Amino acid sequence: MQLTLEFGGGLELLCDSVKVHNVSVDMPKGAEKLIMKDLLGWVRTNLIKERPEMFMKGDTVRPGVLVLVNDCDWELSGQLDTTLEEKDVVVFISTLHGG
Amino acid sequence: MEPNGHDEASRILHELQSLKATKSDIDRRISTLESQLRHLNLQNGAVVKTSTLPNPITAVHHDLTPEMIHRYSRHLLLPSFGVKAQSNLINSSILVVGAGGLGSPALLYLAACGAGRLGIVDHDVVELNNMHRQVIHTEAFIGQPKVKSAATTCRSINSSVQIVEHHEALRTSNALEIFNQYDVIVDATDNAPSRYMISDCCVLLGKPLVSGAALGLEGQLTVYNYNGGPCYRCLFPTPPPTAACQRCADSGVLGVVPGIIGCLQALEAIKIASAVGEPLSGRMLLFDALAARIRIVKIRGRSPQCEACGENATFTQQQFQEFDYEKFTQSPLTPSPLKLKLLQSDSRISSKEYHDRVANGEAHVLVDVRPAHHFKIVSLPKSLNIPLPSLEARLPEISSALKEEEERNGSSSAKLYVICRRGNDSQRAVQNLHKLGFTSARDIVGGLESWAHDVDSNFPTY
Repeated sequence: MQLTLEFGGGLELLCDSVKVHNVSVDMPKGAEKLIMKDLLGWVRTNLIKERPEMFMKGDTVRPGVLVLVNDCDWELSGQLDTTLEEKDVVVFISTLHGG
Repeated sequence: MEPNGHDEASRILHELQSLKATKSDIDRRISTLESQLRHLNLQNGAVVKTSTLPNPITAVHHDLTPEMIHRYSRHLLLPSFGVKAQSNLINSSILVVGAGGLGSPALLYLAACGAGRLGIVDHDVVELNNMHRQVIHTEAFIGQPKVKSAATTCRSINSSVQIVEHHEALRTSNALEIFNQYDVIVDATDNAPSRYMISDCCVLLGKPLVSGAALGLEGQLTVYNYNGGPCYRCLFPTPPPTAACQRCADSGVLGVVPGIIGCLQALEAIKIASAVGEPLSGRMLLFDALAARIRIVKIRGRSPQCEACGENATFTQQQFQEFDYEKFTQSPLTPSPLKLKLLQSDSRISSKEYHDRVANGEAHVLVDVRPAHHFKIVSLPKSLNIPLPSLEARLPEISSALKEEEERNGSSSAKLYVICRRGNDSQRAVQNLHKLGFTSARDIVGGLESWAHDVDSNFPTY
């Protein structure tokens, strides 16, 4: 499945400072769909190069990270259970505090 | 300044003050007379209606003075803003917390647009190394309170706005009392505990909150607690780890980025105060300056489980006043540079002592563990830049540098010193070096900042 993954708010530093990743992610064996829970595991294994604890906590993203699926908060689409579709855009953004 | 120049300046200042006092007295009298006249015209409404030549004053059905009509004419000409919205704005009060990178542009526009009362909270002073983004302050105010500086600029832009100076740090002890005096709150602060505290206080008092943040080349903006929308805790029920809370003083920020977010904060505050348009509630604006992209995303609504504003929330003003936001977020409300003490004193030397040793020709290697882009700003002569994360991988470079130094000096053991910006990373590096066999490595206390302070006052600080 072709997906566009974007990292912002400093999270790009965990993946070689690259903000936009066009990736191809396979469905888990025997599964009929790809959900966000699967994608998080894939990102952690394939894109996160350092300090994975700055991206994830347990099986979800760490506090302070917003996840957007097609420009919409993943809280509105089922969080970890959100089903992904071809060409979806998933954004991971760390909340900023500076000013 | 010459003594008589000084006298002249104080004479002018004195005259200015007295003229301004007279002017505001005249303005007050004009306003009173106008209001009396309006009142009389209203009473004589029937007469005016039958008159063939209507009195022009009777055509005014709002409380904008002639001066206001002239000043805000371009607002009044906007069909979607007009007299109603401007009157709303003039009768509103807006509080800006923080007169820094976000607060500066926000305050400039809020003063210019004619908000009736404008409050400014800040405890800090104007500093040269913040002036690239804190555009409300001028060089003459360096070292003086930001609140005083910002208020002076606001008053010089628009003397008809009432500017209120809150020269104090926002705390749970004063937040309720201060926020109570305003209709709209603008969060222009720079740290996580303040953001939670401000949001909670707005929830308790039912105030809409315009929240902006900027760091590096990115910015974020949303409106919290507006018309049933989410609060900060709905989005971020658990605080982030402290390592995720970067500061402009450490990570840098392009000045215009908070400038843009601060302007957008002013816009949202104006929309709410004047009751026009659709505030950015339930949505968040994400700004990426490098990619030149603004993205507006839909965010969750009010969370029924939210501890501050949810259905079963029991958070009271009393609890707010006792809540420890610094403990909750594990970060200080007024961030100051970290001062670690990881090493015993025999593993450290002062910058002065290091200077003396260099002067005496001691055989040594100085490793600078700052990131490469810091090293490019300024460094000590002959220092070897090995950024902390790559220290372990580049140990052979240190070994060969020590060996070269020993050969050059004909000494049997060259010393190893480590320096960084402020003396924290250098301690972490020395701890690692000790474990990796370089047991005599020592760090320079206070880093390059102490070098600039104690040894070479011409050495640039950043």
